[in-house]
Amino acid sequence: MTRIHFSRKQLCIPYGLFLALFVVIPMLLILFYAFTEESDGAITFTFANFLNFFTSKAKLSTLLMSFTIAIISTALCLIIAYPVAYILARSRLKKRHVLLMLFVLPMWINFVLRITALRELLDLIGLLGTQNYLNTLIGMVYDFLPFMILPLYTTLEKLDNSYLEAAADLGGNQFTVFAKITFPLSMPGVISGVTMVFMPSMTNYVVSDTLSNFNITILGKLIDEYFTTYNNWHMGSMISIILLVVIFLTMLVTGGFRDSKQEARGANLW
Amino acid sequence: MVKRILSIAICIVVLIFVYSPILLLVVYSFTDSKMIGQWNGLSLALYGQLFRDERIMRILFNTVWLALAAAGLSTVLGTAGAIGIFYSRRRVAKPLLAVSQIPVINAEIVTAIALALLFSMTLLYRTYFSLIVGHMVLCTPFVLLSVMPKLKQMDPNTYEAALDLGASPSQALFKVVIPQIFSGIVSGFMLSITLSLDDYIVTAFTKPKLFDTISTYVYNAVKNGTNSSTPALRALSALIFIVMIVILLMINLRAQKPAAKRSTK
Repeated sequence: MTRIHFSRKQLCIPYGLFLALFVVIPMLLILFYAFTEESDGAITFTFANFLNFFTSKAKLSTLLMSFTIAIISTALCLIIAYPVAYILARSRLKKRHVLLMLFVLPMWINFVLRITALRELLDLIGLLGTQNYLNTLIGMVYDFLPFMILPLYTTLEKLDNSYLEAAADLGGNQFTVFAKITFPLSMPGVISGVTMVFMPSMTNYVVSDTLSNFNITILGKLIDEYFTTYNNWHMGSMISIILLVVIFLTMLVTGGFRDSKQEARGANLW
Repeated sequence: MVKRILSIAICIVVLIFVYSPILLLVVYSFTDSKMIGQWNGLSLALYGQLFRDERIMRILFNTVWLALAAAGLSTVLGTAGAIGIFYSRRRVAKPLLAVSQIPVINAEIVTAIALALLFSMTLLYRTYFSLIVGHMVLCTPFVLLSVMPKLKQMDPNTYEAALDLGASPSQALFKVVIPQIFSGIVSGFMLSITLSLDDYIVTAFTKPKLFDTISTYVYNAVKNGTNSSTPALRALSALIFIVMIVILLMINLRAQKPAAKRSTK
């Protein structure tokens, strides 16, 4: 029998090649496409796509509107998720894990089906076709709420009770204890929740398409349109770069970029 | 007391918000009507239509095999990658871990068009290959992230001990390392399945033209305005909701039992 000689380190070679070929190169291709244009088969370097985006009123207003929708839906998610996570994490219920399960369980069910179900409900109560923006916001909150609840719950549950008791002993009323101790200590959860909700709210066009009857174009949809409808991949790539820059700047402001997305995705619940 | 009632009220209101669309669809899947809101008495007619609809059955089958294939391949690749990275020098490990974060943090539409740009230069554009690779790009980093912590928790001496006792490196790997990180591998696999089943955007940009998963089929049905004219889809959604909720509750309740036992000691 021949023994296969390999070192454990070499196991990362296929994975490394996979990342290089299917993650790094494609991202570089976006950069390449964004700063080039094609005419008569000749590819030339250009800033035209960049200038075009920032001189086009339609594109700028899409960016602004998409950004606004993302901010509002992230804020709504936070406002709804925080009390729920707080109640679940601070309650002395023995079954609180099961209760948490009920809140985050939908995130493992196909989101297109859930959004279509929501569409039927909005249709039934007469909102579909009349309240496009409201429906889109409801949809974003509906879809992304679990991603906000989970990281908030995780940080709030770990919170050391002795801090809260010490603050109360030192004369802080309930509101002060919350504002000065609980909330600041839960910031890591808030940040990873915001990270999880903000980006898809700017890009997940299945939600806005389905619930606005294809009347609202968010930034992700604009990229899709440049690829599938207008067949201008160079402009589509440029919008992707701009999207990434906007998200990068937003994360910089909120202090995001923690590798807690996997946690928020519920990996630890399996 | 007031606080307690308020707490319960908040939870109930949010749960109603989360489950009312699902409940609506499930209830109206048990009546034979074209539209939701019109109740024509209890009936399993829609389920009959669903199981006779060859197209929907094929799409269901497509979705499941795609998820199993993508999750299986991602699990092998990601687990090997995690082990390799764990034993590599920092100089190698750091950039690999950093690049692993790209698909996790990136917007799905950007991942999707990036892959479309790459594959459009080859003959593999819009084939099963590009589709499976697309799903693997989404899933593999999550496998890596699930396995990595288990490797860190492992006692590093056990591998060396196995070698000292005469095991070959591959025996030591399969009989000593893998069993210790197995729970991470399983959660990476499960997570991959749910990520693949849930995906729309990457699928739309990498799938063969005539191939559909549940996500792309339902989205296109809404787009073409045929959503309400195919009530069988309602039965499909309801069925998926029920099956998934039952499976997920079973997995999670079972997973919590040992933990609960430990805490009562």
